[in-house]
Amino acid sequence: MPIISIRDLVVEYDGRRILDGLNLDIEHGETMVLLGGSGSGKSTLLRQILALERPKSGSVHVKGTDITRCSAAELKTLRRSIGVAFQSAALFNSLSVEDNVALTLREHTRLAPSIIDLVVWMKLAVVGLADFAKLHPQELSGGMKKRAAVARALALGPEILVLDEPSAGLDPIVAAELDELILLLKEAFQMTVIVVTHELPSAFRIADRIAMLYQGRFCSIGTRDEIKASQDPRVRQFLNRIPGNIAKAAAVAAYFEKYLHTPEAAA
Amino acid sequence: MATVLENVGTKTIEHLDYVGSLNIQLWATLRAMGSALPFVGNRYRWRATARQMFQIGVDALPMVSLMAICTGFILAMQGASELRRFGALHYVIDLVAVGFTRELGPLLTAIAVSGRSGSSFAAEIGTMKVTEELDSLRVMALEPVEFILAPKYLAALITVPCLSIASNLCGILAGGLFMFFSTRLAPLLYFRYVLDSIVLRDVITGLIKSVAFATIIAHVGCLEGFRVRGGPDSVGRSTTNAVVKSTFLVIVADAVFTAIFYLTVKS
Repeated sequence: MPIISIRDLVVEYDGRRILDGLNLDIEHGETMVLLGGSGSGKSTLLRQILALERPKSGSVHVKGTDITRCSAAELKTLRRSIGVAFQSAALFNSLSVEDNVALTLREHTRLAPSIIDLVVWMKLAVVGLADFAKLHPQELSGGMKKRAAVARALALGPEILVLDEPSAGLDPIVAAELDELILLLKEAFQMTVIVVTHELPSAFRIADRIAMLYQGRFCSIGTRDEIKASQDPRVRQFLNRIPGNIAKAAAVAAYFEKYLHTPEAAA
Repeated sequence: MATVLENVGTKTIEHLDYVGSLNIQLWATLRAMGSALPFVGNRYRWRATARQMFQIGVDALPMVSLMAICTGFILAMQGASELRRFGALHYVIDLVAVGFTRELGPLLTAIAVSGRSGSSFAAEIGTMKVTEELDSLRVMALEPVEFILAPKYLAALITVPCLSIASNLCGILAGGLFMFFSTRLAPLLYFRYVLDSIVLRDVITGLIKSVAFATIIAHVGCLEGFRVRGGPDSVGRSTTNAVVKSTFLVIVADAVFTAIFYLTVKS
């Protein structure tokens, strides 16, 4: 049985359809990469999977529970098995790095403080930040913040790890390190990992399967090789970095031509 | 005509929506309040509450005291210049004592706290919203209402009445200084007169008001923070709104409470 299954998911903001009838199954222990350009609905889909927003229709089942309809208490229990690292890292600025990681442990478990310190140290060591535990988030670099966010997401030993744009805004070396970290985590902890990204090298490095979003629909779902070999024009456009219609030279020229010939512009 | 009706209708709905949100938030906070209590609740919430009590109460004490002393002098001097003409200078004592315990002490405190803490609640929560910290709290199965709002509200409920009492004392002290310098009235005699002129009811009504003001300040400040949408400019706007709206509502609530107390004392 899939650990996450999305059925006919429709999301609208102010009457504008963002996600249009999505269906997706994510199996236990696989790394699913949600690929797509800006505005394709990746982040919206992620917010649905995390039950931060309610859909217009459709359902999202996580571990057999429909999170779009379940009670607050059920959601609370379910959320303990999901670790999330947000795009902006979203570390609590008032807390030090170790307190950020320790927060869920202190709130949701009855572990002794010494055990919590040990667990926090281990999680920070996994992401290579053990020496920076006492620092505050504003003292960290962008890459370190993202890694600290991953450590915080790992704190409770989640079954599902969700990463929103882990490599956005990082230099290629740090981004590659983060990819290796994700592979290591999956290997070591058998986690189901969901990664939202638009970075192709990263996606092909870490993914078991890739789901490609285009204008609120999946245009292609498949393994790395299937996606690479896909003949779908939208996938090809994305993979081969072909520019879209937004800035076609001819279109721009036509626009100015029209502008110059309107009476108001002449007057 | 239609547009006028439309505007009036939209505004009305907006205001009703605001009041409704405030009420929903108030109930949700009251339900979550148990966790912020000492001994029976969650100790991290109580620690947060204690920290908030320092920020709302202890840090504001010098400012509130100074405001009360100045206002006490103003009230005494303005009253004396009129009352002297009737040879009723000793009524200045009643004016200051009753005026402060019933009205000015709680009101001045509320205005000071709404400027200091109401704005900081809105800015803090608004920033957390912008940086996705609120979302990450939610996915960590920590409800912002319980985690952020309940400690702030409890701290305000405790400290604002305390500050009001301090403000009452300072105002009455200022009145005593004025009487001492203008008529050489012995301080002990002054305090005897003060105790004769105020009754317990005055103090209690003042404290009831300050509890209501604390509720307004904490909830308007936090609601403005939660309503932040978009970027940093929105945080600035909601900070302003928090102060403007909470000061306005404090004065409206003051009028309502005073009317109720006035009507009940007559019958």
